[in-house]
Amino acid sequence: MSPADRGVAVAGVGMHPWGKWGRSFVQYGVHAARQALGDAGVPWSDVDLVVGGETVRNGYAGYVAGSTFAQALGWNGARIATSYAACATGAQALDTARARILAGLCEVALVVGADTTPKGFLAPNAGERWDDPDWLRFRLVGMTNPAYFAMYARRRMDLHGATPEDFAQVKVKNSRHGLANPNARYRKEVSVADVLASAVVSDPLHLLDICATSDGAAAVVLVSEDYARRHGLGESVRMSAVSTVTPTFPNTVLDMPLLSTDASGGTEPEHTFKESLATAAYEEAGLGPEDVDVAEVYDLSTALELDWMEDLGLCARGEAESLLRAGETTIGGRIPVNPSGGLACFGEAVPAQALAQVCELTWQLRGQAEGRQVAGARVGITANQGLFGHGSAVVLVR
Amino acid sequence: MSAPAIEGWFTTGPDPTLTGERCTTCATVYFPPTIAAAGYCRHPACEGEEFERVPLSRRGRVWSYTDAQYQPPPPYPAPDPFEPFAIAAVELPEGIVVLGQVARGYGVDDLRVGAEAELVVEPEAVGDALVWKWLPLGSGHVTELGEEADQ
Repeated sequence: MSPADRGVAVAGVGMHPWGKWGRSFVQYGVHAARQALGDAGVPWSDVDLVVGGETVRNGYAGYVAGSTFAQALGWNGARIATSYAACATGAQALDTARARILAGLCEVALVVGADTTPKGFLAPNAGERWDDPDWLRFRLVGMTNPAYFAMYARRRMDLHGATPEDFAQVKVKNSRHGLANPNARYRKEVSVADVLASAVVSDPLHLLDICATSDGAAAVVLVSEDYARRHGLGESVRMSAVSTVTPTFPNTVLDMPLLSTDASGGTEPEHTFKESLATAAYEEAGLGPEDVDVAEVYDLSTALELDWMEDLGLCARGEAESLLRAGETTIGGRIPVNPSGGLACFGEAVPAQALAQVCELTWQLRGQAEGRQVAGARVGITANQGLFGHGSAVVLVR
Repeated sequence: MSAPAIEGWFTTGPDPTLTGERCTTCATVYFPPTIAAAGYCRHPACEGEEFERVPLSRRGRVWSYTDAQYQPPPPYPAPDPFEPFAIAAVELPEGIVVLGQVARGYGVDDLRVGAEAELVVEPEAVGDALVWKWLPLGSGHVTELGEEADQ
C-alpha cells in the first residue's frame, strides 16, 4: 500500500490574517491554531503531536516554536517537534507530522507556523561570518534575494522572449485573485502600468513584481484515516504527498544563497532541483501534472511563478507566458495558479507560507474558497523553495 | 597593491583568475575554494579528501544578469551615497556558474545571456580591498575607467 493509499486527512486549517499587526508571532500562531482546531472540530486535548515552524527573528522562543505554541495553547502532554528549513519550514513541519501519523505513532497533529518580518530586504544575521555563504553573498557581491529572482527573470526574457509586461500580468492576475481573500494583506487591483511604473529593484523586476515581507500565521490539523473515520471526517481532504527532496548532484542552476553552482561535469542532471521536488511529489501521490486542477506556488517574484509552472510540469519549458497570456492560469482557466492571491497578496512570513498554501488548497478542494473558487478542484499541488537545498511540494486530493 | 577582500579566492595582477579546488580522486572542480577546508568531496560517488588548487578559466558565458538599484543591507559595504551596480552569473568552461559584480562602468544594457565575459579584479565600492568582477566582452560599450579601477 503506498502512502497515497493510506493517506493522512487534513482535518482543519486556519490562518491569522497577514499584514503588519505589531503583535508577537506567538499570538499569530495561537490564533491560527485555534482556528484550525475549530475548523476540524478536534479538541486540543486530542492533539498528540505539535510541530512548530521555527522563526529566526524572535529569539529563543522562536527557535523552539513547537514548545512555544504548545505552552501558549496549554501544556497537554503532546509530543513535540520544531522544524526549520527557511521558506520550506512549513512543509518540513507537515512532513514530520505526516510521517509520525503514517507510522502509527500519533493520531492528531497540529502544525503551526507564524512570524513577524521586518520591512525591507531579508538580510543575514549580524556579525562577521566569513565562512557563511549566506553572509558572503551580501558582503562580497551585494546579492539580495530579489537579485536572484531577477537573474531567473532575465533568463526567461533572453531565452524565451518573456517581457516585463508578462511579469506584470502575473501580478495583475494574483492581485485579482486575492481581492476576496479575507486573509490576504493586499486586496487591491493592480494594473500592468502600476507595476511598470513602480521603481526597478533589480532589473528587470520592479517593486510590484517582488513580494513584500509580512506578519502572518497558518496552521494545519492532520489526522490519521482511522481517527477521521471514527470522528466522521470521511469526506475530508487528504494529503497524498509531501516532497522534501534535496537537489541531485550536480546542482547546475544557481541557487540562493550560493555564489556558484556545482560543476556540471559536462552533463546536465536529469531534473533540476525544482523539477525534482515536483517529480517526487507526483510519484508519491501516484498522480501526474495532467491531474492537477489548481496550484499554489511561490511567487516571490512574478517571474518565478512562470518558472514554477514549468518546474511542476504544468506546461513545457518556455511556454508559461503563452498560458498566462491566454488566461489559462487565471481562475476559470485550464490550470489556475495562486488563486489565494499568492505571496503577491500575502507577503512573506517565512515559517507560515508553505502552510498557508496547504490552507488555501484545502479550502479550494472543499469548495469553500469563496470569491476565488476554482470550480470542481479535486487535486492541488503546492511548491516552494527554501535555502541550502530545502524545498517542498505538497499534493492534496479530495 | 591592495589586498583581496577575501583571501585565496582569486589572484590579482594583469590576468587574474578565480582559484578553484579540484578533488584529486574524482577530478570534480569546486569554487569557491572552501572544499579542502571542509575536508570532503561533495560528489556523492566520491570519498576523496585531498584537493589541489587550480586556476579557473578567465572567460565564460553569461548565464544571467541583473543589477542592484536599491542599496543591499549590511554586510554589503555600500558607498554613501549608494551607487547601483550590475551583477552577472557567468558559466565557465569547467561548468561552474559564478556570481560577481560587473566591472565598473558597465550595466545590464551591456549584457546578454550567452555573451562572453572575462574576469577582472577591481577595488570594492568602499575602501581599497579588491574583489573579482565580470567584464562584458563585445558589448561595444566603451567604459570610462576611473583611476580607482586602474591597478
